[in-house]
Amino acid sequence: MRYLPLSETDRTDMLARVGVNSIDALFADIPDKARLNDLMDLPRRASEMQVERQLSALAAKNTTASSVPFFVGAGAYKHHVPATVGHLIQRSEFLTSYTPYQPEITQGTLQYLFEFQTQVAHLTGMDVANASMYDGSTGTGEAVLMAHRITKRKKAVLSGGLHPQYRDVVDGLSQMADDAVFSLPADPAGTEDILSQIDDETSCVVVQSPSFYGQLIDLKPIAEKAHEKGALLIAVFTEVVSLGLIEPPGTQGADIVVGEGQSIGNGLNFGGPYVGLFATKQKYIRQMPGRLCGETVDAEGKRGFVLTLSTREQHIRRDKATSNICTNSGLCCLAFTVHMALLGQSGLTKLARINHGNAVKLKKALVAVPGVEVLNDAYFNEFTIRLAKPAHAIVEALAEKGILGGVPVSRLEPGKPELESLLVVASTEVNTDEDRAAFASALKELLA
Amino acid sequence: MSMNTQGRPTAPGEAGERFRPKTFTGNRGLDMEEPLIFEFGGLETSGVDLDEPDDLEFELGSHKRTASINLPGLAEPEAMRHFVRLSRNNYAIDSGLYPLGSCTMKHNPRLNEKMARLPGFGDIHPLQPVSTVPGALELIDELAHWLMVMTGTEAVAMSPKAGAHGELCGMMAIKAAHTAAGRSPEIVLVPESAHGTNPATAALLGYKVVAIAAKDDGTVALQALKETIAKHDGNIAGIMLTNPNTCGLFERDIMEIADLIHAAGGYFYCDGANFNAIVGKARPGDLGVDAMHINLHKTFSTPHGGGGPGSGPVVLSERLAPFAPLPFIRKTVDGLDLVETEAAVYDGERPFGRMTAFHGQMGMYVRALAYMQSHGSDGLRQASEDAVLNANYVRVGLQDLMTLPYGERPCMHEVLFDDSFLKNTGVTTLDFAKAMIDEGYHPMTMYFPLVVHGAMLIEPTESESRASLDLFIATMRDLVMSAQRGESERFSGAPYLAPRRRLDETGAARKPVLKWTMPEPAEVTPVAAE
Repeated sequence: MRYLPLSETDRTDMLARVGVNSIDALFADIPDKARLNDLMDLPRRASEMQVERQLSALAAKNTTASSVPFFVGAGAYKHHVPATVGHLIQRSEFLTSYTPYQPEITQGTLQYLFEFQTQVAHLTGMDVANASMYDGSTGTGEAVLMAHRITKRKKAVLSGGLHPQYRDVVDGLSQMADDAVFSLPADPAGTEDILSQIDDETSCVVVQSPSFYGQLIDLKPIAEKAHEKGALLIAVFTEVVSLGLIEPPGTQGADIVVGEGQSIGNGLNFGGPYVGLFATKQKYIRQMPGRLCGETVDAEGKRGFVLTLSTREQHIRRDKATSNICTNSGLCCLAFTVHMALLGQSGLTKLARINHGNAVKLKKALVAVPGVEVLNDAYFNEFTIRLAKPAHAIVEALAEKGILGGVPVSRLEPGKPELESLLVVASTEVNTDEDRAAFASALKELLA
Repeated sequence: MSMNTQGRPTAPGEAGERFRPKTFTGNRGLDMEEPLIFEFGGLETSGVDLDEPDDLEFELGSHKRTASINLPGLAEPEAMRHFVRLSRNNYAIDSGLYPLGSCTMKHNPRLNEKMARLPGFGDIHPLQPVSTVPGALELIDELAHWLMVMTGTEAVAMSPKAGAHGELCGMMAIKAAHTAAGRSPEIVLVPESAHGTNPATAALLGYKVVAIAAKDDGTVALQALKETIAKHDGNIAGIMLTNPNTCGLFERDIMEIADLIHAAGGYFYCDGANFNAIVGKARPGDLGVDAMHINLHKTFSTPHGGGGPGSGPVVLSERLAPFAPLPFIRKTVDGLDLVETEAAVYDGERPFGRMTAFHGQMGMYVRALAYMQSHGSDGLRQASEDAVLNANYVRVGLQDLMTLPYGERPCMHEVLFDDSFLKNTGVTTLDFAKAMIDEGYHPMTMYFPLVVHGAMLIEPTESESRASLDLFIATMRDLVMSAQRGESERFSGAPYLAPRRRLDETGAARKPVLKWTMPEPAEVTPVAAE
């Protein structure tokens, strides 16, 4: 077996050195009745070429985003990732290193985590950011728990513009922990009255902007009302590129900002691995979940970085920890950090402008189609349209024509007639005028 | 002095051997200092060429960003050099033995990386029509099949994002099962040797954690367990147990433990962090386990990546299978269905909710399946056997000099030492570990498990050759003898030869600096002319 260096001679000699006759003597503690004597009922070893053949055959059955006009968003976005990113994150020293618990020999990881935290803090307009969460949805769940710890209250109010699956993650966690959640109904146009839902028992208000439906939301009045009632504002985003062009949650009064960082540096990967971004105010850092990297000096006074404030974490605090999280999204953070370093603020702003500009063009192309109505007046790179026919069937029909034309809301929110005809569409820098024209003309045909 | 044909000396001069220059740059040859991006990047620099069309229109309402971003950019060569230089300050499996017990730092095959990056896996969207991703569903289903066969279980929840997330998933399924049965037991039993994530997970779900004691040999004390169960009769939700345990020992009484917990109305959650020791040798389902997460980044070698991303699918027994969270794949006569919402569940399926948006860590699934297919049933068993053999080889190579808390008995895939061999040397476990760095090794896991004083947990994995183990053993022996000879300087200030000396972690926590801020301009004191 190509991954195993021991030869049969090695094994025999080593068993003798260990002082046993057979390898099974080392497994003697396994109860007899549970011991597997035969090989498992699975295929035998395969060569590199065989495995490559098997998996490539599966991969070939899928329609890739790059191969078709592609307008799918709703929490994950198709962006161009520079080749440099892919190369750097595959360097052995990054790829095959562990969590930097020995800082003297993991300054590489620690320094990029510090850079990552700085980038995230600047983008979100917050004081501090952690070294990442699994993804935006689980980060949102953790943000709600953090708000409960800070306010010592147990009721979360979720906007109807929150990604439905993010809502479900929060719901599930809260139900299990016997916390209360109040979710507003779906809010495609951003017209809900969330202010009246905030009361003296509210621990936090969770608002996504751009919303799941693409609508940009003014967070300031919500922050003000929340603070007046002693609650926190948790601002969520799923498209981090938007922060290059729209006002960050931090300057609008958000207390915790959490979002998905996939768009920068990370591919679509059918939903994971992604990278959750998590930022907050300085005064709340000791209530933050996840790893934190901090600056310090070594015994010779040289600057260095370490994981810090670990007394919040499970490996020290056990059942009193702020979260059970151990792993973060290390390599996805690195991809984010490299891509963000390449972009710089000038590149990010430009990228964001192109995304937005393309979405405006898409909107123009689509509103010209009879039977299409756009629901959003302010948006970044995606928006929601109402179709004259059920969106689910239209998306399937588009796929048959070789166009991946957005996400029908009913896929995530089934059984709600008012949402049956809604379609969330996104346009990023990868879309061309030809893509948009093909989309519009196919849609026209299908709605006729 | 001898010269080569280019007229360069081929042997160092005598004077050069002792002189260590204090360099102008602070660099030491290949060991280079690297500033932060923010200290040398340009606010107008970008390493990405983007063509902005001149006909852009805006529909942002009043939401346009006015706050500055204040993040400099790097041109591509600058970025490449920056991150390559950083990378060289990292220890990695690819550069040396990485004996972190419980973390399983085994070889990460590059075939797996190549497969995960096939556009058919890497460039597909989680919400594009299911009809356009049949190969993705097949891959997930195939991986699930391998996991269920290997563990002897009935179902697997694929979506958890990491081990601790898997624990949470498994315990949520257990809680849901109790709730469905109209029960609300309050207590979860956790041995003292458990990973910190176990009690943290139980507490997150509102459970009260009750510790169970270990016997002298480091395994669960059956008698104490019986007494604890009797004391909390009717109130036990389950037990969270690692097997093989964190002391590197297989829990001999595991089937009795399972029976006791089941008889008490509880479920058996197994922390699968150490599953790599027993793949192909025993199946957790046969041992009475109801739920177990599998760290794909440990047992199945998806890269640790400096702390993630992980992936933690949870296998479930028949009793817990109905409670598996959304999404899941259902086999029908027509093929595979992706069940994403409550509205799509059938009678008998009772998902407790959703762990994460989308479908879990697809990129990790591809890598893990490539690893499994490469090994096959024969290679997977061989890998477990080699991992256990290597750990025992290290054990016998060191047990006369280092101290085993539970006596000279075989271990599984990792061997646990305590610090009694350092008694009266003035050298601590930490000092000893840091001296390993100077020898070119990553230290073993230290001070864990908590049940052993000054614990040192060594997991060599199956990826090490005999020659590599021999050198490691010889190095460890040299260090032990050095400590016992009283050469304390080698330890007390170690590491001396790493990119950094010991770092001030206390200072870092006391005044946390968690991001870069522009330094205040230095005050210039006018110098009086003489």
